[in-house]
Amino acid sequence: MTTPATSTPPARRSSTPEPGTLGVYVHIPFCAQRCDYCDFATWTDRAWIIDDYVDACVTDLRRRVAADELTSASSVFFGGGTPSLLDAPSLLRILDEVPRSVDAEVTVECNPDTVDVAKLATYAAGGVNRLSFGVQSMRPHVLAELGRTHQPANVTRAVDAARAVGLEHFNLDLIYGATGETLDDWRVTLDGALALDPPHVSAYALTCEPATPLGRRVAAGTTPPPDDDDQATKYEVADAALAGAGLDWYEISNWSRAGHECRHNLLTWAQGDYVGIGAAAHAHRHGVRSWNVRTPERYVERIHAGAAPEAGREHLDPVTRAEERLVLALRTRGGVPVHPDAMTETETLTRAGFLTRRGDGVRLTRRGRLLANDVTVRLLAAGAAQPAPTLSHRIPVGTR
Amino acid sequence: MDISRSRCFSLLSHVDHGKSTLADRILELCGAVDARLMREQYLDTMDLERERGITIKAQNVRLHWRDYWLHLIDTPGHVDFGYEVSRSLAACEGAVLLVDASQGIEAQTLANCYAALEADLTIVGVLNKIDLPQAEPDRRAEEIERVLGIPADELLRISAKTGEGVPELLDAVVARIPAPTGDPDAPLRALIFDSFYDSYRGVVSSVRVFDGSLVSGARLRYVQAGAVHDAEEIGVRSPIPTPVASLGPGEVGYLIAGIKEVRQARVGETVTAAANPGAELPGYRDPKPMVFCGLYPIVGDEYADLRDALEKLQLNDSSFTYEPETSGALGFGFRCGFLGLLHMEIVRERLEREYDLSLVATAPNVEYRVHLTDGKVEIIDNPSAMPPATHLEQVEEPYVTVTILTPTDYVGPLMDLSQARRGEMTKLEYLSEERVELVYELPLAEIVMDFFDLVKSRTRGYASLDYEPAAYRPSDLVKVDVLLNGVPVDAFSTIVHRQRAQDYGRRMTERLRQLIPRQLFDVPIQAAMGGRVIARETVKAKRKDVLAKCYGGDVSRKRKLLDRQKEGKRRMKQIGRVEVPQEAFVAALRLDES
Repeated sequence: MTTPATSTPPARRSSTPEPGTLGVYVHIPFCAQRCDYCDFATWTDRAWIIDDYVDACVTDLRRRVAADELTSASSVFFGGGTPSLLDAPSLLRILDEVPRSVDAEVTVECNPDTVDVAKLATYAAGGVNRLSFGVQSMRPHVLAELGRTHQPANVTRAVDAARAVGLEHFNLDLIYGATGETLDDWRVTLDGALALDPPHVSAYALTCEPATPLGRRVAAGTTPPPDDDDQATKYEVADAALAGAGLDWYEISNWSRAGHECRHNLLTWAQGDYVGIGAAAHAHRHGVRSWNVRTPERYVERIHAGAAPEAGREHLDPVTRAEERLVLALRTRGGVPVHPDAMTETETLTRAGFLTRRGDGVRLTRRGRLLANDVTVRLLAAGAAQPAPTLSHRIPVGTR
Repeated sequence: MDISRSRCFSLLSHVDHGKSTLADRILELCGAVDARLMREQYLDTMDLERERGITIKAQNVRLHWRDYWLHLIDTPGHVDFGYEVSRSLAACEGAVLLVDASQGIEAQTLANCYAALEADLTIVGVLNKIDLPQAEPDRRAEEIERVLGIPADELLRISAKTGEGVPELLDAVVARIPAPTGDPDAPLRALIFDSFYDSYRGVVSSVRVFDGSLVSGARLRYVQAGAVHDAEEIGVRSPIPTPVASLGPGEVGYLIAGIKEVRQARVGETVTAAANPGAELPGYRDPKPMVFCGLYPIVGDEYADLRDALEKLQLNDSSFTYEPETSGALGFGFRCGFLGLLHMEIVRERLEREYDLSLVATAPNVEYRVHLTDGKVEIIDNPSAMPPATHLEQVEEPYVTVTILTPTDYVGPLMDLSQARRGEMTKLEYLSEERVELVYELPLAEIVMDFFDLVKSRTRGYASLDYEPAAYRPSDLVKVDVLLNGVPVDAFSTIVHRQRAQDYGRRMTERLRQLIPRQLFDVPIQAAMGGRVIARETVKAKRKDVLAKCYGGDVSRKRKLLDRQKEGKRRMKQIGRVEVPQEAFVAALRLDES
């Protein structure tokens, strides 16, 4: 078996996208079953439209390539939904339409239940070089609470299958803070995940969205809302366990071994450009953010009619761009430069232990990561997102 | 007008005993109001008066009954306006005392009766609502005879609702109440017993002439104000205002003299002729506020609107006071003084309603007389202005005499309540087998918060109460400060009896702990008494905010959320390092009123 390009270039930890980078996000809005906490654009009853949907994605990509909107992608990300619900050839039909650089990162989100060696081998042969597994928990009662169907054993099988076909570059998605999940349950999940020696882990605090079964249970009072203090403790436990296993945080919810950072997501956080393919996909180009129609039917309809699938867009003015730069960059290990208008606030937050100096900038400490919203709001309120030109005269602080 | 054919009288009753209904019936019977224009509670013109079923402003009307002129003066029905009541009564020779034939004597019946006797008025006792099935006129008559000394066989029995007995009542008014006396040739002496501000005419005063005559166009001297004004218009209300050329002794009417503020024509003022002044009528005093609170706009930029509204309202109501004050917690506002609790509520409600303002009121307090160690005496109407304990020799607080009439079943609970509020019982008397009169001396500060509500709830609404100011007395009073992260919050400072300090401190710190959002650090909330902490709570530091994912589709939402939070931060009050939403102050202070 040939080994696909697993050697990735050194990850950039900067808030400026590398020149010439372009991402492609492909949304696959189908799932076997909807998780109780999920408010994404995904459907469990649209099997009949899947083939048309794949065709539409292919057509959409061809049109964009023909229009010179899509030259050479440095990263492709199949997200969902459950991209692995598609049969492998269908997924590769879409991927084949994406012109990409030799070393492009190609990620597919997978449900551990819907992958096997054959499927993953096809992926690998077709150019997929990164997988992201939705693990969430290693404890069956927590999985049940989340409305997930898979058995923890499937995760091991899936990871073994990935390794068997040479896909060493993979992520495990975890969720903490479900009702009934004890701190020990969470430790079991972390230990179980780390036993698989993953090069990358994403861990998210369970968030209660109103338009979900979980949200309705909480609103009705039958399930307690996730507890902030419990989740804070679990974040700290995770950060320590992951760091102990050689995975460093590089974004609030993401940890990896050096060189295994997700380049596609780094591009997003660096305000890079990316194309959105499929229902509800978001795109960003030259300061314009746009999003596609939400349902697969409408997406297919638009593409068949020869129309653009875009449903809306927002022009990001320089102030908004600067705000987003701060909001996103501060979430990453790269941090942000110290803005002269916000020196006092930055100093206060640093002394209080929420920020730490890094060259002429600052980044979040662990305590700061837990309270990133508040820290960001304080910096924004202090004027830390005033757009250039003030930035070009920024005064370096800190010891070197 | 022949003075022997004039009668000046007022209607007195406990709230809900049917005073306004009786006034309506009298107006109809005397043909004063066209049936088509008749509306209920004709004389209560303010929305608030109709809603609350009370009379705030004195009204007067001249009626023709048989060959007599009846001057009916409708008095304010609440203890807060006791002084106004006394001036209205001073304009009369008699009073109709109305008692509900099913409920009998209530606290205000007693208070009114005493006030009328003090003013030397002839009282015509009336049992009202005899049409009701639960009316017990015989029993009530006996009770009235025993308690008030009005012979049972002199009591008239009427139904203001159906009109039964009302003609007989008017005949009794003519027969029993003496005609006014007065010298038409003496120098003019007229009493102002009410003034209100009309945006077209300026101040319109209600007057009773005692001597001489009040002539249109005359140059008048207002004795207390020390000012001279010309009588632009004088007239009578019947009840439509009708100008007349003059008013003589024993006549009641209105006077317009080009005055722009009611404080220039206060209740109790004597009006006389500028050229030939008569002696001042007795009994004038300045209205003295008894209850104080800070009023602040909830939205800071409504400060100027609030100032304008207070100015305008004072044109109409000279009995409340206001002066600018600044609170670290609430910003710019005014310290206002009121005659009593109802007055405070009314002013606040009128400001919000008639001037469209949203206000937050600090906890009400009374005026303290503070004796300092250096021998000086200061009057303090704002807890945060209280000097430190080390400078205090003694603090005195105002007491009131509270009269409660209650069914015997509730005597126990009421005694418990009154004692818990530092009350001293001065009287316990059985008015009948089932009704008791309780009289307590209580600190005013103890009743300004919730005493009336508690009395009502502990007696299922059956008790009635009234109060009147008594003397200042020394008390063991302390100032309690509330500190957020070590910084005192002036809006929550209060002066309480030492025994109640701990309780106040506990309640306030507990409330604030629930109302203040978690911050980046622990926020200690302390209640302190002269530097000693008596209660403490902590708002634990927030440990996490949002740890959710943030990818391409989440960025806009995230940015907007943080933008909103940034705006929210701007509206926070900064107490030291602690950010407190304005709503938390409002809620903490509101809870205090309940």
